[in-house]
Amino acid sequence: MTPTITGRSTVDELPGPDGRSPLSGDRASTGRLGDRVFGGLAKGAGILVVGIVALVGTFLVIQAVPALLNNNVNFLTSREWVPSGTEPRFGILDMFWATTVTSIIAMVIAVPLGVAVALFITQYAPGWLRGPAAATIDLLAAVPSIVYGFWGLTIAGQFFTPVQHALSKVFGWIPVFDDAGFSAKSTLAFAGVILAIMVLPIITAISREVFQQVPTAHKEGALALGATHWEMIRTAVLPFGKPGIISASMLGLGRALGETLAVVILLSGLNSTAGWSWSVFNGGSTFASKIAGGASEFDTPQKTGAYIAAGLVLFVLTFAVNAVARIVIERRKAFSE
Amino acid sequence: MSTVQLDVTSQAPPASPMRPELASKSSSRATKDLLARVVMWAAFFIAVVPLVWILGSVIIKGGQMLLESQWWTNSQAGITPRRVGGGAAHAIQGTIYMALVTAAMSVPIGVLTAVYLVEYGRGRLARLVSFMVDILTGIPSIVAALFIYALWVSTIGLQRVPFAVTLALVILMIPTVVRSTEEMLKLVPNELREASYALGVPKWKTIMKVVLPTAFSGIITGILLGLARVMGETAPLIILGPYTKVIASDLFGGLMATLPTMINNDRGENLQPAVDRVWAAALTLILLIFVLNLLGRFIGRFSKVKA
Repeated sequence: MTPTITGRSTVDELPGPDGRSPLSGDRASTGRLGDRVFGGLAKGAGILVVGIVALVGTFLVIQAVPALLNNNVNFLTSREWVPSGTEPRFGILDMFWATTVTSIIAMVIAVPLGVAVALFITQYAPGWLRGPAAATIDLLAAVPSIVYGFWGLTIAGQFFTPVQHALSKVFGWIPVFDDAGFSAKSTLAFAGVILAIMVLPIITAISREVFQQVPTAHKEGALALGATHWEMIRTAVLPFGKPGIISASMLGLGRALGETLAVVILLSGLNSTAGWSWSVFNGGSTFASKIAGGASEFDTPQKTGAYIAAGLVLFVLTFAVNAVARIVIERRKAFSE
Repeated sequence: MSTVQLDVTSQAPPASPMRPELASKSSSRATKDLLARVVMWAAFFIAVVPLVWILGSVIIKGGQMLLESQWWTNSQAGITPRRVGGGAAHAIQGTIYMALVTAAMSVPIGVLTAVYLVEYGRGRLARLVSFMVDILTGIPSIVAALFIYALWVSTIGLQRVPFAVTLALVILMIPTVVRSTEEMLKLVPNELREASYALGVPKWKTIMKVVLPTAFSGIITGILLGLARVMGETAPLIILGPYTKVIASDLFGGLMATLPTMINNDRGENLQPAVDRVWAAALTLILLIFVLNLLGRFIGRFSKVKA
């Protein structure tokens, strides 16, 4: 039983005299006008929410298709981005790469750190520190994206330069760490680091919630068998919290994929002379930063359509990631009941 | 609990009848335990570093300007990047104005959706709605903005106006309101509803007069947290709401400044007065959001239902 996750109290789960759960269906309704109107309004609001998501998809598709039909290169595999003119050529390969790389870097940093912070708050921190510690990490989520970007560019960026130099000196023979001659504060790697800070509070908050729900019996059982504190966490807390960690990571990933302003400010576009490489120390544009950067040139339907097509890909990506997160949570519910 | 595999028995030496050896930790297990403890503490302090760093730099670089009264009363009308002075009144006003309009649209939809999910919805439609709320939670702000652009500008053929921005923000705010209201409604004890039904009160009156008032402060908390989220959003503003230096109040015509676009407008400037104003605007925005957050948490304390 995990009432706060399933959202029903124990009483709700117990069947009534007729064998159905007490609140199921609309049986408490009197069927009179007030009830029908109010119930209808509530249902309408729910349908509106479904409608919004459907409309988002539909409108993006409608606007993107004409531009895509006009496209002279393969949308998915081209690196070009010339959406205007009589022969528009635009593809998303570079954006896909930049988005994936920044998000992966963000995840590699934020998931272990976020889980560790959540473990600290729920399992290690002394009682008086728990509330303030959780509130402090939550405050990270309250800092707007644009402030992260500006701070990263003007202040934190310079401290990343030695890190980048060290990495590319030692691992430079691997193409991924090759020095592409970019200023350290405008590379994919640094954008990934800033994204990591931004998704950290999301991952921490959800993991924390799940870790709090580990049954005391599990923890005490482990301790009673002689486990150390860490062994208790490894054998009782982490296995119980695993689905929660996965879904928290997916939600964080969804945020990292679509994060706009911080990336717009930090990342500089690809160098016209050097161009694309496998290096994370190169520049680039993510889906979101490309669209935001092009916002001022939404003048012809063709051009706008190209950007909307890129937005559609981003929508599909985040939709998939969030759907997976949701399914993982659903399965967890099924197990824990 | 099948995953518990402890090597307690294998480690313990044969117990002598005189002095039983109770689960003494081997040194490697103790070391690991200590190491984990150190790592967890370190992780927390690493996570706090960026927060302190950001807040510190914003306060040091922008704090000075907030102490001047003109920052809160003047706009940027007639101020060039080279000139010192002017204020952020136009942007503060625009941010709050847009936030209020956004709330006015998303709160009824969000609360009603939550009422549907908790009080009415069962079966496939409710599962679909709940699923879509999750999807909506994850929609990037830039996609919401593109959707409104495709609808408002490309399809209907209207101009980019502040109202279009608020429509995009509504999409981003609804899921926050739904989820927090839902959590609160679920905490309202069923006994309250049943007592009301037993007195012959219709369901809708029970919800309006018993359930919602009981969860009221919790719902307010959710709304304030949702507002705090949309206030910092910049992407919809860049696509749909160009910046202006003057105070504006017309939602359907012309431009309206907000704090994020004020930062965005001047962030590329090298001239010191403009840079200072960017930091001051950032601090103002963070303060606004923090105040909403704190207010939300404070009101949450008076909630009649507790998690």
